Amino acid sequence: MSPKSVLLWTMQAAVFWLVLFVPQLIVFLLVDEPPTWELALLIATLVVGVVHTAVEPSWRYRVHRWETTPDAVYTLSGWLNQEWRVAPVSRIQTIDTKRGPFQQLLGLATVTVTTASAAGPVEIEGLDHEVAQQLVVELTNTTQATPGDAT
Amino acid sequence: MTTPAGVPAGLPAAPEFTEPLAEWHRLHVRMLIVRPLNESIAMLVPILVLLFTGNGEKWRLIASGATVAAILAFSYLIWRTTKYRITDDQVELHTGLLTRKQLAVPRDRIRTVDLTSKPGHRIFGLSAVRIGTGQQDVPGTDGLTLDAVTSQEAERLRLLLLQKTVAPKPVSPDEPHAEPVVAESEVISQLDLKWLKFAPLSLSGLVAIGAVFGVLSNYADDLGLHPVQDLWEWLFEHPSFTLIGAAAVALIVVGLVLSIPLYILQFWNYRLTREPDGTLRVQRGLLTTRSVSVEEQRLRGVDIQEPLLVRAGKGAKLAAVTTGLGSKGESNLLLPPAPLSVAHQVSQDVLKVHDDPTLRKLRKHPFAALRRSVIRHVVPWVVIAVGLAIWAPAWAWPIPVAIIPFAALVGWDNYRSLGNALDDRYLVTRNNSLVRSTVALQRTGIIGWRIRRSFFQRRSGLMTIGATTAAGAGVYHVTDVGESDGLALADEAVPDLLRPFLLREGE
Repeated sequence: MSPKSVLLWTMQAAVFWLVLFVPQLIVFLLVDEPPTWELALLIATLVVGVVHTAVEPSWRYRVHRWETTPDAVYTLSGWLNQEWRVAPVSRIQTIDTKRGPFQQLLGLATVTVTTASAAGPVEIEGLDHEVAQQLVVELTNTTQATPGDAT
Repeated sequence: MTTPAGVPAGLPAAPEFTEPLAEWHRLHVRMLIVRPLNESIAMLVPILVLLFTGNGEKWRLIASGATVAAILAFSYLIWRTTKYRITDDQVELHTGLLTRKQLAVPRDRIRTVDLTSKPGHRIFGLSAVRIGTGQQDVPGTDGLTLDAVTSQEAERLRLLLLQKTVAPKPVSPDEPHAEPVVAESEVISQLDLKWLKFAPLSLSGLVAIGAVFGVLSNYADDLGLHPVQDLWEWLFEHPSFTLIGAAAVALIVVGLVLSIPLYILQFWNYRLTREPDGTLRVQRGLLTTRSVSVEEQRLRGVDIQEPLLVRAGKGAKLAAVTTGLGSKGESNLLLPPAPLSVAHQVSQDVLKVHDDPTLRKLRKHPFAALRRSVIRHVVPWVVIAVGLAIWAPAWAWPIPVAIIPFAALVGWDNYRSLGNALDDRYLVTRNNSLVRSTVALQRTGIIGWRIRRSFFQRRSGLMTIGATTAAGAGVYHVTDVGESDGLALADEAVPDLLRPFLLREGE
């Protein structure tokens, strides 16, 4: 993982919580005599949002791992709930890269490796753009060298 | 095509239709009548309502006429713009008026053929053909469907399309003039009327009542009536437990009675056969008939499903774990609700093994899994009860509280269901309580792992292992297994895949 992914996740979390928080704040400020539960909700959103934004990205960064061998692609992701995903190279169907606006800003990319199972895509998030491109080339070559229709 | 010229002699009695239809064909012209028929059944109620409410104003007549005309015109356009052909390599379908769609399926990728005739189709001797490939279906799409061709043509297509997929199978060159095998299919299982006793247990009647009720109240809503809401309000004003009790009893009785004709409707003439072209074929249905053919080589396993009551009656149904079947209408069903012993027998015959893998002795999961299971089933009801106690009238909260013991029981039963086993060919895993499902998945069909540990699972040393596969649900879980047992299981099921990873984690 690129260390910049901490920044990426921080931005994503911040945006998510801002989307929840700002409309509440506007309503709170515009309404005359807002009820107390509205204030409670507002504060709760703020506290949870700040804690989440502060804790989740670095926690995630400590958890996330990825690795490719000539035989398989491995990832470990998540923070509270963690998931390992494994896809053998011989079963790979497609390899995509994806870059959201934040990722473009930070020069990062996500590589998605799909298999014939709808439940099986392995996502490697937060790679440096060059690393991602190298990885795609590498995986494409090993995949092409493997015969069969991968189902 | 790679098939040598001499080989067809060895294939089952080569019928004259082996020639691919290289020209473009239209769907059958009778669809001009059938489609309006099938569709207007769905539109019948609104049209009648439109006609007969009000005082026969002229606009009502015109509106109904316009609806019917629109359906007719629509059918014509579909018919007019749809054509298909079957070349040496692929099946092609062009369809759509505004959005032109061109679908092509390579013939060597065809895994399943599903023939469905609704009543409208049957009156006119037609059949819809759905062609499935190894790819998992995107929900909401329906693969390549020819709706519809004549039943003979459908049967021809079934043979033609599946035959090709078998062709690469080595036909013994030593006996080029072997008996031209007359296509004879081996019957694996047939409907036994004794199975009807499982109909009420499957609760299908209640489900059907629910569905009909849903449709009707939708129409009522369109007309500005709100019977459900009115009923609720009325009940709130005159709460009467005798009335509610009587209604519940009536509902259950009607549901039970209804379930038997429903079972017959769905499973009449049920036959599971192994066809000479290497496919398994399920035929069933009284009014709407279905024939689903699955390429045997693509069968990745079976799933024995035991809904709670059916399980109590020692019954089960059997589903195929395979690629290329749509998710609609239980197309993967191999056996309707039937005695468990029959299900095991069929499973064994279908998988061509000597003892059914789903009968393996399953390893139990750790005690911590019981705690998790009970907590997960009970907590939602506690939350609901607390919520109701705060915000609802006083009589409401005891209802979820009364449910809690049952939820705990379900949690306990859910734990009892959990189990896994591994033999030389299959990974077996069992899950769930309300619809207990025992899946035997071919180890060679596993194309990856998803190993999940939630926060609470990590604290109790458990993990949920998902074996991903191209077939069926896409992933099958071994739920709440002990960490070391689970990893050992996964490592053994697909050797060498997890090992490098496990070693590294161990460091």
